[in-house]
Amino acid sequence: MRNYLAIMNRELKSYFSSPIAYVVTGLFLLISGIFFYLLATNFVQMCMRADMQAQYYRMAMPKLNVNMMAIRPLLHNMSLFALFFLPLVTMRLYSDEKKSGTIELLLTSPVTNTQSILGKFSAAAILYLIMLLLTGLYMILLFIFGKPELGQILTGYLGLYLLGLCYISFGVFFSTLTDNQIIAAVSTITFILVFWAIGWVSGMVNPSWGNILSHFSLIEHFDDFGKGVFDTKHLVFYVSFITMGLFLSFVSIESAKWRGR
Amino acid sequence: MIDVQQVTRFFGRVMAVDNVSFQVEKGEILGFLGPNAAGKTTTMRILTTYLPATSGTAKVAGFDVHDQSMEVRKRIGYLPENPPLYPEMRVLDYLDFVAKIKGVSPSDRKKAVADAMAKTGISNEGKRIIKQLSKGFKQRVGLAQALVHNPDVLILDEPTVGLDPKQIIEVRELIKSLAGNHTIILSTHILPEVSMTCERVVIIDKGKVVAEDTPDNLTRKLSGSQRVHAVIAGPLADIQNALSNLPGVTKVQHLGHTEAKQAQQFLIESKAEKAISPDLAKSVIGQGWDLYELKSESLSLEDVFLRVTTTEEEVDRQ
Repeated sequence: MRNYLAIMNRELKSYFSSPIAYVVTGLFLLISGIFFYLLATNFVQMCMRADMQAQYYRMAMPKLNVNMMAIRPLLHNMSLFALFFLPLVTMRLYSDEKKSGTIELLLTSPVTNTQSILGKFSAAAILYLIMLLLTGLYMILLFIFGKPELGQILTGYLGLYLLGLCYISFGVFFSTLTDNQIIAAVSTITFILVFWAIGWVSGMVNPSWGNILSHFSLIEHFDDFGKGVFDTKHLVFYVSFITMGLFLSFVSIESAKWRGR
Repeated sequence: MIDVQQVTRFFGRVMAVDNVSFQVEKGEILGFLGPNAAGKTTTMRILTTYLPATSGTAKVAGFDVHDQSMEVRKRIGYLPENPPLYPEMRVLDYLDFVAKIKGVSPSDRKKAVADAMAKTGISNEGKRIIKQLSKGFKQRVGLAQALVHNPDVLILDEPTVGLDPKQIIEVRELIKSLAGNHTIILSTHILPEVSMTCERVVIIDKGKVVAEDTPDNLTRKLSGSQRVHAVIAGPLADIQNALSNLPGVTKVQHLGHTEAKQAQQFLIESKAEKAISPDLAKSVIGQGWDLYELKSESLSLEDVFLRVTTTEEEVDRQ
């Protein structure tokens, strides 16, 4: 436990003592903010139009749902931004240690590979949590000016967080494979994109295969979270996906020593 | 303290370490000498549990490096060829982190870090960021990192590489001062370093141990002959003749004459048990020639090194 915390703290300090954490968080907030603004203004315009129509036809004002029309698409967009931002957070975790030789310190200290993998994974997970919490400011604005439903937002955020952890766990894995950070990041993005887009293919192949493929799609499982539906089957999928990435990292580090690193 | 038995390591089809065995006693400094790419680093990496051996066993402090690697890791301090430093960290934070992952208890950590810094002479650099340190200081931080948990065994891979002459002397003194409390393995391809710091030398070449002894014994055993350098004035042919006829002399080499052209320089090699200098002096004086200089040369470790590694090549060719 102490080793795990030591490694996690070191990684966190290294994120925050370099520009990485600030740049990634700042730009993530910026791009999410732009989309939040667009979606929110769009929603406001729709409300105004609906209001005018209602007055014109002398009908009751229809209830427009801010959760479904602004927050859900925003969370979907954020899941895509995270896909491009998180591999940049995870790419250095092992690649950098390999390049600078500090991996020799790590692997000759009484620290198990599980401790170091979980430590690094947690550090990236905490940075991602901070990124998501800060976007909560936008939600606060919605609460000030509207009446969104809290439960649905929280479920959506939970889904977004789990999805991000999937990116991070495979980000860790790809960074154990190479000492080149760019290669680690690009491989992670490509790999995740494949598991993202696999659902789109499902419509083109025969239904039995399509059904299986869509179960493997990362974003398909996110859909229910976005709607505010919490289903354990999605939770199980994400947790399995995360475990798989961490397990592969473990195997990769263990096997590297036989190959000669 | 360290017991290496028939360790072999392949990288693919390339054999990096070939059936290496050696022992190191507690408190000893062992020099690990060899040309670049001889297998020194691989052997050290096997000892530090960084790489597994393809076959053979190695034990550190009684623990097997493969089966009980965590126990071994607690007892070793390792300085790889490039010191494993996180450039963005401060020296104090870095050493504190290393102490943590090496298992130093929280109550002892502050003192352990301070001690390691004092030993390596970086007590005033604690607040500095590692990136901004000079090469010499980085090397010291690397050494402090290896020492921080007061390990039984220190494994240092070319600890003086890239340092200036003053720093090299300081690091050597430091290493010497650590012997006794720590068992040290030190690799290098710089020969004087071994004769200056180590009590015992293992010479390794192309993955094989080619010689193992104290630096003095190695020189004596492997030379097998004595060499005398003499400067004599007189007729060249007669002198050569006289020198060749001395008992035990195997080779007389004329090196040329002195600057003033009044005397000739010779290098005489002999297999004789007893020193040949007295006989040589008597003979020269008896002939009425002038003896300007008479100096016996011992084989330097450098010669030994070349000799072992070149004979090795000849064996390979057969």
